[in-house]
Amino acid sequence: MTGVLLRAARVTRRFGAFTAVDDVSMQVQPGEVVGLLGANGAGKTTLIRMLLGLIAVTSGRVDLLGGPPDRERRRRLGYVPQGLGLYGDLTVRENLSFSAGAYGTAVPVLPPALAPHADVLVRALPLGAQRQVAFLAALAHSPQVLVLDEPTSGVDALARAALWDTIRAQAEQGAGVLVTTHYMQEAQQCDRLLLMSGGRLVARGSEADIIGSTTAVAVRTEDWARAFAALNAAGAPVMLEGRAIRVADADPAGLAEVLRAAGIEASLQPVPATIEERMLMLSRQARAS
Amino acid sequence: MTYSVRSATVRFGSTVALDDVTVEVPGGSVVAVVGGDGAGKSTLLRALAGELALDAGTVETPPKQRLGYLPASSGSWAALTVTQNIDFVAGIYGLAGDELAARRAELLDRAALTPAAGRLAAQLSGGMRRKLGFIMAIVHRPALLILDEPTTGIDPVSRIDLWRLVSEAAASGTAVLMSTTYLDEAERAAHLVVLDSGRVLVQGSYDRVRASFAGVVTQTGRPVRADWAWRRGRVLHEYWPGGDSSTPANPPAGSTAVAPDLEDIVIALSLARRNTVPS
Repeated sequence: MTGVLLRAARVTRRFGAFTAVDDVSMQVQPGEVVGLLGANGAGKTTLIRMLLGLIAVTSGRVDLLGGPPDRERRRRLGYVPQGLGLYGDLTVRENLSFSAGAYGTAVPVLPPALAPHADVLVRALPLGAQRQVAFLAALAHSPQVLVLDEPTSGVDALARAALWDTIRAQAEQGAGVLVTTHYMQEAQQCDRLLLMSGGRLVARGSEADIIGSTTAVAVRTEDWARAFAALNAAGAPVMLEGRAIRVADADPAGLAEVLRAAGIEASLQPVPATIEERMLMLSRQARAS
Repeated sequence: MTYSVRSATVRFGSTVALDDVTVEVPGGSVVAVVGGDGAGKSTLLRALAGELALDAGTVETPPKQRLGYLPASSGSWAALTVTQNIDFVAGIYGLAGDELAARRAELLDRAALTPAAGRLAAQLSGGMRRKLGFIMAIVHRPALLILDEPTTGIDPVSRIDLWRLVSEAAASGTAVLMSTTYLDEAERAAHLVVLDSGRVLVQGSYDRVRASFAGVVTQTGRPVRADWAWRRGRVLHEYWPGGDSSTPANPPAGSTAVAPDLEDIVIALSLARRNTVPS
């Protein structure tokens, strides 16, 4: 199949005087995994809720599978919220029967890793297994559009790779996938990225496009503990990286001045920022303005 | 001062939660423990906190009043305000009056929680609640600070704030042991410990872990051995441990080798363990 699966065209949503989503246009096509990034309050959840038809747009237009996101179209959508949307007091099998019943599909077969847990209450399962159950529930009706809210938060590297294998298999079968995240590890699994800040879409493209020219500063010094204290006291967003110090959203000349004043010898080097540091910078800018 | 568990084994019934684990946490540094559900992270942290008895091995930990511990569950009281939560815990350590007021103000400021001081813990965002938990764990200036997944599931800005707070504690001489599921955090620690099913897969500085990694990781569209491969974006990565006759140990000619990052290293070592240890 061809065409755009999910589209927002100049979408705005206001709550009273507050603009949660401000003139956002984006789309998801079949076979691609799109990452939606942003800090808390950036507008990701509001945008998703409009795309899913759970709240109305103030202006602009949303299309799900070629039309308004009504109940009929939502049948062809799979959604895994961050809270997973499972019933903790039901077993794995009962949860899957419930969601299969709601979509009118057959109850999915449990993969070998989950089979021994069929009659275990969901709340008694480790988080990684709960996420697998939520995925199974959301995928049983072979949705054409998949919306995932931080799908691998809190699970280990191997479980994360397994979940991404499932997500990628859906895309390879032609589904379009929208993943919200604020973690580099998830972002790196996506085909392309969208970055929101203060309700607006501020960057799109590859990880390099998202980070743009934002840099952090790596500070190397023998006297790292004192250097850390001096920079921290100066209000810089500073953290340790091994025995080096890393400062986000900072100007090397200003940091050098702080260290000189404290009598500390150090080498300062700009390094590419991480996605988190880019988001920190955007949120500090938003707070300042 | 260095705190440690040595040759520690902990069993829960027939489950071996920790199996001959030795980890040292020197003052002034951050040691990060990574691993999945059931890897033994929380058990290791609780063992060092003196919260559970070892079946074998030894623990060197400071007395309770010199220990700070943030459990994986929130660690604050929902029906108390931020200030009340801090004061309650501070009271246990005998901190009161002007000294407490000054310490509380300093910590709230550093955690950017001053505007939320009067708010009920129940009304905080996840990130703010973890920062409150952090303050409560460190209010009495512990010599050893143990943090169980302080950053799981919180927003990126709070996550950077928490790393700054953790760094600050280490820079002022505290020994910090923290668990995390985020490998970028582990890369940032002075020393990282990768746990899998109760055993240490590898530990050391990130540079050392990278240098000691044996074998080759290749990038492929179709793996030769599916149980040695894992997903990275549009492609798969496959591990060739080398030097072992029981599996094809070396990649076929024409394969594309990649420089493995910590994510690759952790997965490769986990797979090697699963695929070679009879279960």
